[in-house]
Amino acid sequence: MTAAATPGSPPPPPPAGSPLAVEARGIVKHFPGVLANDRVDFDLRRGEVHALLGENGAGKSTLMNILAGLYRPDAGEIEVEGVQVAFGSPREAISAGLGMVHQHFTLVPSQTVTENILLGLDRPRFLLHERASEAEIGRLAERFGLRVDPRARIWQLSVGEQQRVEILKMLYRGARILIMDEPTAVLAPQEADDLFATLRSMTAEGRSVVFISHKLGEVLAIADRITVMRRGRVTAAGVPAAGATKGDLARLMVGRSVLELLDRTPSTPGEVVLALRDVTADNDRGLTALRGVSLQVRAGEIVGIAAVAGNGQSELAEVVTGLRPCGGEILIGGRSVANKSASTVISQGVAHVPEDRAAVGSAPNLSLTDNLIMKRYTDAPVARGWLVDNASARAIATELRDTYQISTPTVETEVRLLSGGNLQRAILAREIETNPGLLVAVQPTRGLDVGAIETVHKLLLDMRARGTAILLISEELDELIALSDRIDVIYEGRIAGSFPADEAEIGQIGLLMTGGADTDRETAS
Amino acid sequence: MTIRLELRTSVPRWLSPALTLGAVAVALVISGLIIAAVGGNPIASYLHILNASFGSVGVLSDTLVKATPLILTGLACALAFRMRLWNIGAEGQFLLGAWGASAVVLFPLVPAGTPGIILIPLMMVAGMAAGALWGLIPGLLRARLAVNEIIVTLMLNYIALFWIQFWVFGPWSESGFQQSKTFPDEAWLPKLSDFASSVPAFGGLTVHLGLIFGLVAAGLLWVFLERSRWGYEIRLIGDSPRAARYAGIDIAKRLIIVFAISGALAGLAGMSEVSGAVHRLQDRISPGYGFTAVIVAYLAKFQPGRVVVAAILFGALILAGREIQPSGVPAMIQGIILFTLIVADVLVRYRVRIERTAPPPPAMGATAPPAATPGGAGDGG
Repeated sequence: MTAAATPGSPPPPPPAGSPLAVEARGIVKHFPGVLANDRVDFDLRRGEVHALLGENGAGKSTLMNILAGLYRPDAGEIEVEGVQVAFGSPREAISAGLGMVHQHFTLVPSQTVTENILLGLDRPRFLLHERASEAEIGRLAERFGLRVDPRARIWQLSVGEQQRVEILKMLYRGARILIMDEPTAVLAPQEADDLFATLRSMTAEGRSVVFISHKLGEVLAIADRITVMRRGRVTAAGVPAAGATKGDLARLMVGRSVLELLDRTPSTPGEVVLALRDVTADNDRGLTALRGVSLQVRAGEIVGIAAVAGNGQSELAEVVTGLRPCGGEILIGGRSVANKSASTVISQGVAHVPEDRAAVGSAPNLSLTDNLIMKRYTDAPVARGWLVDNASARAIATELRDTYQISTPTVETEVRLLSGGNLQRAILAREIETNPGLLVAVQPTRGLDVGAIETVHKLLLDMRARGTAILLISEELDELIALSDRIDVIYEGRIAGSFPADEAEIGQIGLLMTGGADTDRETAS
Repeated sequence: MTIRLELRTSVPRWLSPALTLGAVAVALVISGLIIAAVGGNPIASYLHILNASFGSVGVLSDTLVKATPLILTGLACALAFRMRLWNIGAEGQFLLGAWGASAVVLFPLVPAGTPGIILIPLMMVAGMAAGALWGLIPGLLRARLAVNEIIVTLMLNYIALFWIQFWVFGPWSESGFQQSKTFPDEAWLPKLSDFASSVPAFGGLTVHLGLIFGLVAAGLLWVFLERSRWGYEIRLIGDSPRAARYAGIDIAKRLIIVFAISGALAGLAGMSEVSGAVHRLQDRISPGYGFTAVIVAYLAKFQPGRVVVAAILFGALILAGREIQPSGVPAMIQGIILFTLIVADVLVRYRVRIERTAPPPPAMGATAPPAATPGGAGDGG
């Protein structure tokens, strides 16, 4: 190995006179059946935030995993601070000053922040000088605006705080180059702003950041330069963010222009399909999540629920779909379904696109076919008496795959191998095909690329046109405003405001969502 | 040189069965090395095992007799494991099944002299019911109180053994020996040698009707798991309980039912053993069938058809254990097979890469060829 010295030794100082923090040339990486990186060039200057933009499956994460030592390239060269490297492990990468914060955190929940940061280090050798380390971590955290208590245990922390711990872990190991894989996917808007401030304070010190994302707005807000990837290739290399427009970037990402405004016919709401009266519920930790929510959704209408994560909207979706006990009254088509089983609610014609599509909305190790028949395996033609007709199940799966353009090698492929967008298409296909009277969709476009988001939006509007009542829960305000006929804002388990969509104003909703309109209480940070 | 594991992004269809066979082969090689290390001749030992288990129609028949309880208990485990229910209690359910079947004869629940055509079905029902009951206990505890089923099933095995001992030492003891009296002929499952008068070739062959129970059960379980809606639900629950709940499946109910069926299968194994092979109840009717069943189910990747094959292999090892000296060798082979199977499971999910570390380049920053290219990547098994 070259610069990848023995793990744990202090990283060598950056050699003077090399303007580039990272330079990768001609990176090629094959996976079975996929060319994930096709002769990719990428360079990162010292002291910049360089955004890597692309749809799901464009090869961004693969490229960064190669830089971070997780994968080895099939071909190509990488230089870090002017020194040629070939990392055999993330440990070698970090000792060369290059660290990556992944989408899924790798923290031990029962241990403290400090313990997590020290975990796996060679120093201190034997005795933990926890006080000293705590102080050191505290200083580091303050320097970069990473507010987190070094003595807190991980399970006590919010997702945003856990992300700060991951960043601290890398900084503590001397990372001068930080790769962030879709860091804002899990953050509330305020937390994202804090993160941006942290990243800027890092670049001000001469550190460099690679920021992987597919959200155009935030990329333009944070990045100095932007590299766009599509299908394993670079379509725009290091263009300055100043001067780039959303439209240009979107075209580079998807190869076509994105519909800015959805083609939305005026709604003609019918009768009330879903009615909630004074619904209360607890969350998984036994704390009150819903404090008396009343709302209505009519046939052919999309009601958007705007809320920052953790204000009860996930619990709202679960009580409506029979997955969580509750107080109060829930009527679907006039029938009370509060505290009824999920199967009762399903038989009332309720479809559900759950928040966690990988673990709740699908069974990851089962085939696409098995996942697509999840809601209809008890009905003909899939059910033949008490048998499952595999041939007819496969035929239905093939048909849905073609209709909804689910890109998969075969219908027997396990769905964990599908990209996020394709998995969501599959879930929507399954739910739409039940011909529901009510659809509860939670974060239906979270983590999806522009192309997939467009598909999801179109499918939702099609359902609305066919008279389905839709309860749409999302953290994307733009999406809610584009799709909804009415928007209800939830803050701390209560409806904080309700607007017809054409009167909705982002500033006002944002204020209600974050408790900014709440004069009685100090807003929680 | 470094060895590391990379998660596979796709798993070819042939890989899993190939690795399973490879695991058995590697286990045999390792066992052979150990036999050689203690001064034995591995080839001769294996030939002896082979001969002692499959060498003639007679020993093949004995192998199948040993395989019969393994097929049924293996199916019991495979069914539960499909749902990620770790039923380690097939041994106890087997014993209870044997007890239930014996109770019909020994209490007796039916008048003496009841013909076999009535008595044997009654024994089957009683054995399956007792096994199911023993499976229901962990099932209910898990479904209602979220008690870990591994601990419960494991401990119930001991209770089952003590229960049997109580009966064979006490009420059912045959003149103070720790066994019951021999069952009357009507309570014996028919075996091939019974038909020796009309087909002389069947003379001395001990294969009994229990083998048919096992094969039929394997067929039914295959239909149940692979073709029925309950099988679909079990697969779904096994892979993602949250997705199953979301799909409207009552997981607690399925869990209890699966545990009961699993217990009933193991109970039927116990019935078949007392009625078909031992013909009396004693406390040592099982050389650990219910535990070997765990390995059998694993080796078969929880597939009913493969359970039959794996059970016959292990039946052969049990039989050979009596033949060869030291008799610990087959037990050792069993253990090593389990180890290599677990390794094979890892290899199905991960790819092994062996990389040679290149010497460091002469100077920092000097242009050097890529330091290390991926070395030999082998999918060892």
